[in-house]
Amino acid sequence: MEVPISTAELLTTDGVPLKQSLKKAERKNKIRAFLLVFPLLLFIIVTFVMPIGDMLLRSVDDTQINTVFPNTFSEFKKWDKEKDELPPEEVYKALFEELAYGDKIQVGRALTRMNYSKSGWKSLIKNTSRAIKKAVKKNEFPDSYKDFLISANDKWADPTFWYAMGQMVNYQTPIYYYNAIDMTYDQNQNVIRQEENRRVYVQTWIKTLKVSVYVTFFCLVLGFPVAHLLANLPLRYSNLLMIFVLLPFWTSLLVRTTAWIVMLQQQGVINGILVWLGILNDDGRLSMVYNETGTLIAMTQILLPFMILPLYSVMRVIPKSHMRAAQNLGAKPATAFWKVYLPQTIPGMSAGGLLVFVLAIGYFITPELVGGKDGKLIGSWIAYHLKTTLNWGLCAALGAILLGVMLVFYWLYNKIVGIDNIKLG
Amino acid sequence: MALPSYASPVQRTYYYAYLFFCSVVFFFLVAPLIAIVPISFSVSPFMVFTDGMLSWPPDPDAWSLRWYQNMIGNCSADVVSSTVPCSHKWMTGTVNSFFIGLTATFIATTLGTIAALGLSRPHMPYKGLIMAILISPMIVPLIITAAGMFFFYARINLVYTFTGVILAHVALATPFVVITVTATLVGFDMNMVKASQSLGARPVRTFFKVIMPLILPGIISGALFAFITSFDEVVIVMFMASLDQLTIPKQMWAGIRQEISPVILCMATCLVALSIFLLTTVELLRRRSERLRGIKSR
Repeated sequence: MEVPISTAELLTTDGVPLKQSLKKAERKNKIRAFLLVFPLLLFIIVTFVMPIGDMLLRSVDDTQINTVFPNTFSEFKKWDKEKDELPPEEVYKALFEELAYGDKIQVGRALTRMNYSKSGWKSLIKNTSRAIKKAVKKNEFPDSYKDFLISANDKWADPTFWYAMGQMVNYQTPIYYYNAIDMTYDQNQNVIRQEENRRVYVQTWIKTLKVSVYVTFFCLVLGFPVAHLLANLPLRYSNLLMIFVLLPFWTSLLVRTTAWIVMLQQQGVINGILVWLGILNDDGRLSMVYNETGTLIAMTQILLPFMILPLYSVMRVIPKSHMRAAQNLGAKPATAFWKVYLPQTIPGMSAGGLLVFVLAIGYFITPELVGGKDGKLIGSWIAYHLKTTLNWGLCAALGAILLGVMLVFYWLYNKIVGIDNIKLG
Repeated sequence: MALPSYASPVQRTYYYAYLFFCSVVFFFLVAPLIAIVPISFSVSPFMVFTDGMLSWPPDPDAWSLRWYQNMIGNCSADVVSSTVPCSHKWMTGTVNSFFIGLTATFIATTLGTIAALGLSRPHMPYKGLIMAILISPMIVPLIITAAGMFFFYARINLVYTFTGVILAHVALATPFVVITVTATLVGFDMNMVKASQSLGARPVRTFFKVIMPLILPGIISGALFAFITSFDEVVIVMFMASLDQLTIPKQMWAGIRQEISPVILCMATCLVALSIFLLTTVELLRRRSERLRGIKSR
């Protein structure tokens, strides 16, 4: 007898189709899981993601000066540069009024900004506004604002200042990014390289990359044999030796940096030992700290655990029989290592290498303390503009570029290793 | 991994060279940390091994606890040196460091553990994206984080306050909690939650009575990571903290930058001791966690 196959949907006891009911349950589960994550997600977005976003906006932001000179700038945009050599009377009038009645603090801030695009703005505006305020106090308003300003300071007849103003009339500006790679505008708004003596960033970027590459290379050379040893020793010994790797990993960065200063300085431990052994004489002590050598040595030691740990976890799971099998088939130990063992460690090498490289590129504390004058990396410039010159636009632009470089490498890391495979300790 | 008895002399040479190289690297890793310990007990205000310390038999006059006394704020006449300032700053810093560190750890551990529970559920939507956002504070270089936070927190008047520093440290520390707790939850048997619920326990009770005891090792190591992150953090503190929020790393930074004071080495020695303690604890917890979850020790 044939059993009729029901074409009707499966129903739960309360009459809802099973499919729908399951979907509903799953959605409920999804919402529950999300609700657990939500508080932290919100927290990180507010305390971390938004500040970073704010920084990125700040790197192109030119709002402040536009709120100080709104009329001047809108009149300025009407100036036909082909026709007139100098801007029309309205621009001078707007500038006169905005300097006369503008808020002193806001104008001061705007001046700092103006000086970034051309030096000389600050003194020009300062002594012009003194003349303007005097005139306003006496209630003497000139017939021609143009003539008044030019008589107050003849730089107002110099078109290069006006051209420089053109860089600031928009709410967004790429100037900080150009500055961050040693570029600037010339009088005709073309992007050109900075003058020779003002170029600092490109060479710092190159140095940062160079130091990071060196540190990664040294870490690989030093870390590979150690990881190999740890992975192949019996667990009892390797756990003990692991302390040598984990202790520096857990110790404060500043402690390790201080320790390297103590070790490497002229009267320090290493020089002391070398003199005591008679390898160096007392006048020939090596200068290993407060220069690039110091940065390299200290950063290699500090970042070495980040190379050893991923390498170790990859090497642990490579079966020892592979090497034996290769040798059994007639390969010499060196060939077996090169052809069989090494290729299997590539995931570990790339993970460790990228991790070390990415950490090194953003390093700030160690290069700042042991790097001296020529060992400073890009992080030091970011800190310098943040704290000392208060050129926050440039600071943000440098940070944004660094962030971009990092993200490219992390994207690679994610492709190769997977970001949620990060393990600690 | 001993050498087989049939190894050729060349292999032997390679093998011993390899062992020698590894010992040099191990030495390179820990030597600086060990070297600072004896120097911190020196009587000299310079951070060097003095002749007296190296002489044999040991010269008791070359050793002293004066910098340790200086560190704890004991500024009596036999302790002070004309070149080394003596103040209560180190102790103030210690108190602040522990206050900021413990508060940040508590908040980070709570938020991080709850989030990890959600992330390890099989139904979590957009898991990859959310995970990437949650661990981003660990990835972005500190100097960028510091710059961004400084601009942003300055707008809402949180710069130079304890609240601002603690919030920043919580953001930096949560990724460590999320990662360690998620890793612990990998081998977790979800049937136990179902069993507990079928026996009538509410979710909160299930968490405290069933889930938490099992993942406690992971939570504690996450908390320790969080603590050490906040405790060691110097870049954020440098920009976002005033003298009122002076912490140990900030004071050490000043010590290296301005005064080159031997007291730094005393504090460094204490911190090395602290890190040995934390390292041991985390290692023991990891083993316990693996035993609890029934993962066989490798």
